[in-house]
Amino acid sequence: MPSNNDFTIRIANVNGTGSASANSLLMKTLFRMGIPVAGKNFFPSNIQGLPTWYEVRASHRGYLARSGSVDIAVAMNAETYQRDLRELSSGGYLLYDSTWPRRDVLRREDVSILAVPLARLCNESFDNARARILMKNIAYVGVLAALLELDLEIIRELLRETFARKKPLLEANQTAIGMGYDYAREHLNCPLPFVARSMDGPGSKIIIDGNTAAALGCVYAGATFGAWYPITPSTSLMDAFRSFCARFRTAEDGTRDYCVIQAEDELAAIGMVLGASWNGARAFTPTSGPGISLMSEFLGYGYYAEIPAVLFDVQRVGPSTGMPTRTQQGDILSSAYASHGDTRHVLLFPSSPKECFELAAAAFDLAERLQTPVIVLSDLDLGMNDWVSEELTWDESYRPDRGKVLGAEELEKAEAFHRYLDVDGDGVPYRTLPGEHPKGAFFTRGSGHNSYGGYTENAGEYQEVVDRLRRKWDYAANIVPAAEIRAAKGAQAGLITIGTGDSACREALDILAGRGVALDYMRIRAFPFGEEVWRFLREHSRLYVVEQNRDAQLRTLLINEAGGRAEQLVQVLHYNGMPLPATAVVSAIEADMTRVQAA
Amino acid sequence: MSYIARPKVSHPALARNDLGLTMRDYEGGMSTLCAGCGHDSITGSLIQAVFELSIPPHRMAKLSGIGCSSKTPAYFASSSHGFNSVHGRMPSVATGAAAVNGDLQYIGVSGDGDSLSIGIGQFVHAMRRNLNMLYLIEDNGVYGLTKGQFSASADAGSTAKRGEVNEQPAIDPCLLAIAAGCGFVARGFSGDRAQLVPLLKAGLSHRGFAMIDVISPCVTFNDHEGSTKSYRFTRENAFPIDHTDFIPPEAEIKADIGRGESQRVELHGGGSILLRKLAREYDIGDRGEAYRYLDARQGKGEVVTGLLFLQEGGADMHELSRLGETPLADLPYGRLCPGPDALAELQNRLR
Ligand SMILES: Cc1ncc(C[n+]2csc(CCOP(=O)(O)OP(=O)(O)O)c2C)c(N)n1
Ligand code: SF4
Ligand SMILES: [Mg+2]
Repeated sequence: MPSNNDFTIRIANVNGTGSASANSLLMKTLFRMGIPVAGKNFFPSNIQGLPTWYEVRASHRGYLARSGSVDIAVAMNAETYQRDLRELSSGGYLLYDSTWPRRDVLRREDVSILAVPLARLCNESFDNARARILMKNIAYVGVLAALLELDLEIIRELLRETFARKKPLLEANQTAIGMGYDYAREHLNCPLPFVARSMDGPGSKIIIDGNTAAALGCVYAGATFGAWYPITPSTSLMDAFRSFCARFRTAEDGTRDYCVIQAEDELAAIGMVLGASWNGARAFTPTSGPGISLMSEFLGYGYYAEIPAVLFDVQRVGPSTGMPTRTQQGDILSSAYASHGDTRHVLLFPSSPKECFELAAAAFDLAERLQTPVIVLSDLDLGMNDWVSEELTWDESYRPDRGKVLGAEELEKAEAFHRYLDVDGDGVPYRTLPGEHPKGAFFTRGSGHNSYGGYTENAGEYQEVVDRLRRKWDYAANIVPAAEIRAAKGAQAGLITIGTGDSACREALDILAGRGVALDYMRIRAFPFGEEVWRFLREHSRLYVVEQNRDAQLRTLLINEAGGRAEQLVQVLHYNGMPLPATAVVSAIEADMTRVQAA
Repeated sequence: MSYIARPKVSHPALARNDLGLTMRDYEGGMSTLCAGCGHDSITGSLIQAVFELSIPPHRMAKLSGIGCSSKTPAYFASSSHGFNSVHGRMPSVATGAAAVNGDLQYIGVSGDGDSLSIGIGQFVHAMRRNLNMLYLIEDNGVYGLTKGQFSASADAGSTAKRGEVNEQPAIDPCLLAIAAGCGFVARGFSGDRAQLVPLLKAGLSHRGFAMIDVISPCVTFNDHEGSTKSYRFTRENAFPIDHTDFIPPEAEIKADIGRGESQRVELHGGGSILLRKLAREYDIGDRGEAYRYLDARQGKGEVVTGLLFLQEGGADMHELSRLGETPLADLPYGRLCPGPDALAELQNRLR
């Protein structure tokens, strides 16, 4: 049941009608009122004309996952009226444009229909055709403001900020808000039984999407080179990187302290990144599942020839083109083992924009310390949706950890340099950069090589190198970000997740705790799995592994790589392309518990 | 150990270049290619070219794809960094490397299989971006390393060793390069060092992408009667259209200037080219004419060699990307990080 500061609004729009600004206005208003809020966009793989939805959840307890229910449907797309009505929770409200009355179609006993002639109101107030379409969106925000007692002054201030330099647009927007608001006050039963009440301000929090945060991480980590081939949902990461660089890394005469190349495909993008890293720059490529598939051969090369690289896989629904604008965590296994032969890659799993920022920076340090590709596995939900996030902070004393790179002076003093010798016993050899010193020269190759960097087809020499790579992997497990573990009093079982499973799982844990079920919690942040992950698995006989794919890929990885046993790990799967709601986690766990008790 | 280093014995009488280095200093590991393979002669020419240009070995970067030809970087300049990448993808590696450090001399070595089939996309795009590099295709009309299948440069009607006839038209890397906007397009023959060395030197001194297709017979799989990439066929049908002399920046120019059949072109990367016209009947800077001429002559079965097209002064990738003098890889972190205050300020707009 909705209550004050605890409700979900779902707005149905038509793609390409300019609804995005109205929807973000709504989200930002709640944010500035201090109410924890999450906004999620469900859009089609199309530019104009298909249905799109935006879901805003206000939750005074701070839950940011989908609620799984809809309390107010704003039905702006006649084509989806039936569906919007059907998916509305009992007791909910459906607001629609009654310029064309549809009393006959919009019939459901247990919900209230709110009719507002948005088009007619806009036609009366605006003579420009484009404005008539755009302002309908702003007008429904006005209606919601009346229904939910949103702070009108905040709305007006937000509009002033957005349109500071576009006076006519500002006036139109202000008019539309007032129009919707006044109409609702006059004709509808305002306010609704549940409303928005200002809470303690948002403090230092911000609204940001994961891709923007990750791009900032790249800038702050000192990345100078990026190559990519456009693919939803990763494109905005590079867009953001470029715009930050245009601002922070461009001299007055136009000279750039960065280079971004739009590659001809993903094979080229990763090749460029390896070339740039080999030559001493911090380089990265954002992509999604299809791109990882194409990059596989080079990823194996990077692993074997030991070249740093940072990849962002903003996952979407597969297999194949799948549903490119929907979210999933389906690339866990293909990323972990991308490429032929004995290949494995370091993975990082951010769960929030703040972590996208921090782990992006950490990825560069890890890639250079370990001299290997590192893949940051984000997803569409995290990458493209707006999240309320803790403020991002940067430690001024941070210096890039370039790992074991020998400079000209060291080479001058050295007797000889051998690229793949394990000098320090940690599995990580020393590298040199082209152009530094004649003594530093070596031949980078994907073909068999020995510890000295020479070509080999000798069994023992080959094996010596791949065995060392395995030792390097074990070392990596000690330096990757540790899992976050939360113990619950009297817990009998535990719950494990990664990435965007976090918000739904935390909410589910609270719901279950309220019903007397205590579970320990572990959110894994990296692969290879550290000692704490092994321990958590050893210490629990029953563990729910929550992930967003069909084949329980994280669970498989835990069995393969963390000593997990099949009978111990219960899969909780959600893979329809919509972000995971807490209710799905709760019902799966409760069903399992009932089954176990019955048995 | 199967990695054999060529013994280095320096001979006092060996000629030294401006850096005081001898040709030996530009040599690499012992070749493992078949005796008589055209690729090895090209390696010899390359060594001579970089030696004569006095390029510091550690300031060169050698890159390649996969194939017998792509092994070449292992056989010269062991004091240079090398990157033997994956099949057909060397141009992308070179692109990333060149973007972050434009100060090195990039030498890419590829094969006709590597560049014209699996890697044709990257090859074309590297030309389009105008990477500053020398790009060699060691062209034998076959996939040597996988034992003699036809490559895309095999001429229609030519036969494989066991008699199979190639029915498909060839992709000519020079025509492709001219069409793709490449500013330096040449063809050489591994067996004609006198022609090849100056072409290599000119290519190395050209700022931008210099593509040289070098006919390089595969003695094991494509040197028979019926092949159009054999030593014999190439010798008999080579049609040199001009002779190129590379003139270093500081050298005095005495020769031929002004005489009707000679032409001097300044290279933006330093030095100049003295072109002696042998048979060329078109303006070397005219893309359309060059294409038509080449296409027509090759239609008659001639192997047109020499500098085929030259356009100096085009903006290279470095310029197009608005990069500064200091290589990106050398920029100090302090210049790259906007700092905590900028981060705080930025977030004011996210509330
Ligand atoms: C992805 C991939 N596919 C196939 C191969 C097998 N392969 C190795 S070399 C080669 C052809 C090389 O031909 P070319 O570039 O003409 O070189 P050549 O040996 O003739 O000098 C092929 C197909 C490979 N190494 N990688
Ligand atoms: S197979 Fe052909 S291309 Fe390969 S090394 Fe032998 S002669 Fe050269
Ligand atoms: Mg070949």
